Amino acid sequence: MSEAVIAVALVWAAVSGTAVVLTRDPLRQAFVAGFFGLGLAFLYLSLQAGDVALSQIVVGAIAVPLIVLLSLAKVRKDRE
Amino acid sequence: MSRRTRLAFFGVAVAALAVTLGVGLAGLPSFGSQITAYAGMLNELAQRQRHVTDVVSAITFDYRGIDTLFEEFILLSAVAGISVLLRPLSDETRKLPEDKAPDRSIPPPSPAVWLLAVFLGSLLVLTGIETVTHGQLTPGGGFQGGVILASALYVVYLGTNYVTVERFEPAPLLEASDGTGASGYVFIGLLGLLAGASFLSNVVGLGTAGTLISGGTIPLLNLVVGLEVAGGFAILASEFLDQTAVIRTRQR
Repeated sequence: MSEAVIAVALVWAAVSGTAVVLTRDPLRQAFVAGFFGLGLAFLYLSLQAGDVALSQIVVGAIAVPLIVLLSLAKVRKDRE
Repeated sequence: MSRRTRLAFFGVAVAALAVTLGVGLAGLPSFGSQITAYAGMLNELAQRQRHVTDVVSAITFDYRGIDTLFEEFILLSAVAGISVLLRPLSDETRKLPEDKAPDRSIPPPSPAVWLLAVFLGSLLVLTGIETVTHGQLTPGGGFQGGVILASALYVVYLGTNYVTVERFEPAPLLEASDGTGASGYVFIGLLGLLAGASFLSNVVGLGTAGTLISGGTIPLLNLVVGLEVAGGFAILASEFLDQTAVIRTRQR
């Protein structure tokens, strides 16, 4: 059972990680990266690394989207 | 450099990487194999020695506390670097955008958004404090809790506007929180020296395992790390927000 969960998590991380690279528009990439981060958190949790999973959640859900989205907003505003 | 030379360089680099990576991966223990002797030992000893139920906390804040000290200062210098990098430059001004239609007022956010922000903001503060203070008991701790605490600020911004959120992030307070947290780690480490033991030794009373006050210096270190990370991430958020909201290239 636990092997199945780990396998799902690994496939999720691999597929969504590739999707992040293949997405070219930075705004969409931010969302895909969030989904990738969720997969990573799930992977850490399935390997019983609760502390690392929590760190991944706070960095992937709060820190990275904030920096990416605000930077994109700044760049767009400057272009206007 | 011509395309052919670049490809040759690339080929050599890829071959070298493949060989070293291959050798390295071949030497790894197989997936899911028995944990190392060191990990087994810590699992066995940490609860009895340090009275904590989350062994990871015992490792990061006690057995390997010095590593976490350096990580704290990495974060501190990263935040300081970002503050320097994102300051208003000589050809930029820092002012709120001009109101082009003063006769029309901006509609306030809908009550639903406002309610959600109040609810979510207080919930985030509560969750943050819970995560910081229960580091020695359950997964989580100063870093995770600190980021959660700082994220309450983003929710205030989402629910209101820039002028309101500015009142919630007084720069001196955030900087003091960041600096006090980082230096607090060193001072707690010095307690060990004062007690005649080595730097960062766990010299405070250990308490009963499984209760809120247990683990000696571990919850104290979690607290100062939480303070530092919350301040640091709030500074980060306000610097990026300033760049987007009020810092403009000066009109010539």
